[in-house]
Amino acid sequence: MKALTPYLQKPLVLIGGFLAFGWLLVAILAPVLAPYNPLQTLQPLVKPLTTGSNGEYFLLGTDMLGRDILSRLIWGAQTVVIYATLATLTAYILGLSFGLIAGYAGGRTDAVLCFLANVILSFPVLVLYIVIIVVIGASPVNIVIAVTFSSAPAIFRIVRAITIDVASRDFVKAAITQGESTWRILFIDILPNTTGPLAVDFCLRLGYTAITIGTLGFLGLGLPPPTPDWGGMVNEGRAMAIAFPHLVVFPCIAISTLTLGLSLLADGLREVNDAKERQA
Amino acid sequence: MSDALLDIRNLSVALPKGADRPFAVQGVTLDVKPREILCIVGESGSGKSVLTATLMGAAPKGLSVAGGEALMAGQDLLTLSERQWQKIRGKEIGMIFQEPMASLNPALTVASQIEEVFILHSDMSKADRAREARRLVEAMHLPEPDRILKSYPHQLSGGQCQRVVIAMALAMSPKLLIADEPTTALDVTTQAQVLKLIRELRDVHGHGIIFITHDLGVVADIADRIAVMRRGEVVELGTAEQVLKDPQHDYTKTLIAAVPSLVPHDRPAPEAAKPALEVTQLNHAYGAKQVLHDISIAVAPGRVLSIVGESGSGKSTIAKNLIRLIDPTSGRIVVAGEDILGAGGEGLRGMRKRIQMIFQDPFGSLNPRRRVGPMIARAAVLSGASRAEAVTRAKELLELVGLERSAYTRRPAAFSGGQRQRIGIARALAMQPDVLIADESVSALDVSVQAQVLDLLADLQKRLQLAVVFITHDLRVAAQISDEIVVLSQGHVVERGPASEVLTRPQHPYTRELIAAAPGRDAF
Repeated sequence: MKALTPYLQKPLVLIGGFLAFGWLLVAILAPVLAPYNPLQTLQPLVKPLTTGSNGEYFLLGTDMLGRDILSRLIWGAQTVVIYATLATLTAYILGLSFGLIAGYAGGRTDAVLCFLANVILSFPVLVLYIVIIVVIGASPVNIVIAVTFSSAPAIFRIVRAITIDVASRDFVKAAITQGESTWRILFIDILPNTTGPLAVDFCLRLGYTAITIGTLGFLGLGLPPPTPDWGGMVNEGRAMAIAFPHLVVFPCIAISTLTLGLSLLADGLREVNDAKERQA
Repeated sequence: MSDALLDIRNLSVALPKGADRPFAVQGVTLDVKPREILCIVGESGSGKSVLTATLMGAAPKGLSVAGGEALMAGQDLLTLSERQWQKIRGKEIGMIFQEPMASLNPALTVASQIEEVFILHSDMSKADRAREARRLVEAMHLPEPDRILKSYPHQLSGGQCQRVVIAMALAMSPKLLIADEPTTALDVTTQAQVLKLIRELRDVHGHGIIFITHDLGVVADIADRIAVMRRGEVVELGTAEQVLKDPQHDYTKTLIAAVPSLVPHDRPAPEAAKPALEVTQLNHAYGAKQVLHDISIAVAPGRVLSIVGESGSGKSTIAKNLIRLIDPTSGRIVVAGEDILGAGGEGLRGMRKRIQMIFQDPFGSLNPRRRVGPMIARAAVLSGASRAEAVTRAKELLELVGLERSAYTRRPAAFSGGQRQRIGIARALAMQPDVLIADESVSALDVSVQAQVLDLLADLQKRLQLAVVFITHDLRVAAQISDEIVVLSQGHVVERGPASEVLTRPQHPYTRELIAAAPGRDAF
């Protein structure tokens, strides 16, 4: 608890944490919070704050298929939280492992891994997503694969740079001269010393991934309908956005509050980490 | 006093809330006269750097002047705005910092950096500026002034860079110079030259100089008056003679007593024991550059061999070869009868525990994320102990190196530099090695802590009959701990022998030069 105190004193962390963890809570409590089944057709195109013909109250209105937007947003939070987290985690496992290996081994191993990472990084991200999804098809698993493939190289580069720095310190030399095994040096000595900057990057990347999933949904490459998906909701409402702005506005607010929360959280973490480093 | 260049009265600088004490500098009253070198001496955390930074108008962030004044020609420096400071710095007060390389701009030539000072503070013509810059470089006794002026900082040695920095500080002939540890980053022979230059500034040019240092040897060589600082306060102030010969305050006495003597202890003659470590004809090259030439040394159990040399002598390369972080180009390293260069894979892993190292930097050599006890126990496990044995051994070792039992569960951040070095020693000993390498292991420590760690090392080495290779740039430290001394210069062993022989009857000119350059040779 004491370790958390400097974080909790930062307004950035508090606001960011409120937004991000708020959405996490919404995702977890979706079955309790959602007033209606997100897939059920009730009454099409009801405006927000209106009572429907059967006495239902639609806080955020309904879409053209008559589904309650509030319920779809709440269940959509679950979709985003699950897949964004999963995709970011898998990207991290890949990027972290290869980054540690490249940074520590150096030489030819490093050169080959860097080259591969650069090849992937040289494609525009959006094009990469589209190519991958078009080739392997749109499904939850494939979205995770696409995001992993395209963001792992960036994580790789960060981890590699930190590893090169940490590996040059004397405690790593001490471990080598004790005959410590390489994998223990990587995961026990080096990895825990990389976590500060990585926690910041993780938050930011989680936000980017949420946007990516939204973007894919908007392009029709996301989760297949009728799964509640924020990006997909924007796409479906696009045609009627002038007459019924609530179709688009609310999912957009959802996406931006989540990513804003994660960005603020990342900024706050970075400020606290920097302060810690200055003290040391 | 009216004739003082700078008159500091009751100066206090407050630390931010939550620090270990309320003031970084507390109630300091000092003055500096022309033609005088005032040395401010103190260990880390004494507030000496905060004091000088404040006098330069650059107090570190978070610190604020809490009271007092610093009068220079009737003007209180502490009340100046940043704009007024820019007129004072360089023109009225010259400043010299510890890291000469870091105080110079790597992208500009020496000439343009010196001339920059004239551009800022005068309206001299281009030709005048060039002439003045050359005059300054000559006054600093830099060799080949024309080449130096056209050079970039990376083309110069550390000592040359520091002289360029001094030239820049002197460009507008300020009356007062503030030098913060100006020779700490330099080799001992270079340091001797820079100190000579600084004395000349006082004697010939009449500068008043505030000289901050942690090194009492340097103080003895250079000071007219000495102020001893401890925990933000000046505990003793007097002439060099008074303070060094007849210290009044207990802290000053401790400091002076802790300065290692250049006179070696009498050591018993070696028994004819088989060497624990034998290095034969070791050569090492980085690419085409040969850095070690046919190094041969041998250390018997229970003996200490010091390798003494300046930066670039190759002494750290020897250490890296011994612990097999790098492999030599040729040669043999035999530990307890076994050739460790032949080993690879599992064999090498078994070999490593025989020869362990204590590193220089107490802050970099311990993993900040790991608890101290398990860190030491892990070393024991790697040397073949069972888990239970390892934990017991770690606890015993913590006690042996003079740390509390509660240290076991704490992380390195909870310890001071000296305590961390003790932890490093415990970690090395946990593997029960035959040979211990100490690479500048006490160089980063304050002098009083240094003495304690040296005592601990000497005690352990005798009790455990360890063969120790002690690598250092500091002749005083070598004199205290060694049975034998090897003097290394540019990768060659230029002199070797029993410590008393080498220090009292040096044969090689380089050894003589080293001993002559040792600061404070006449005082301690």
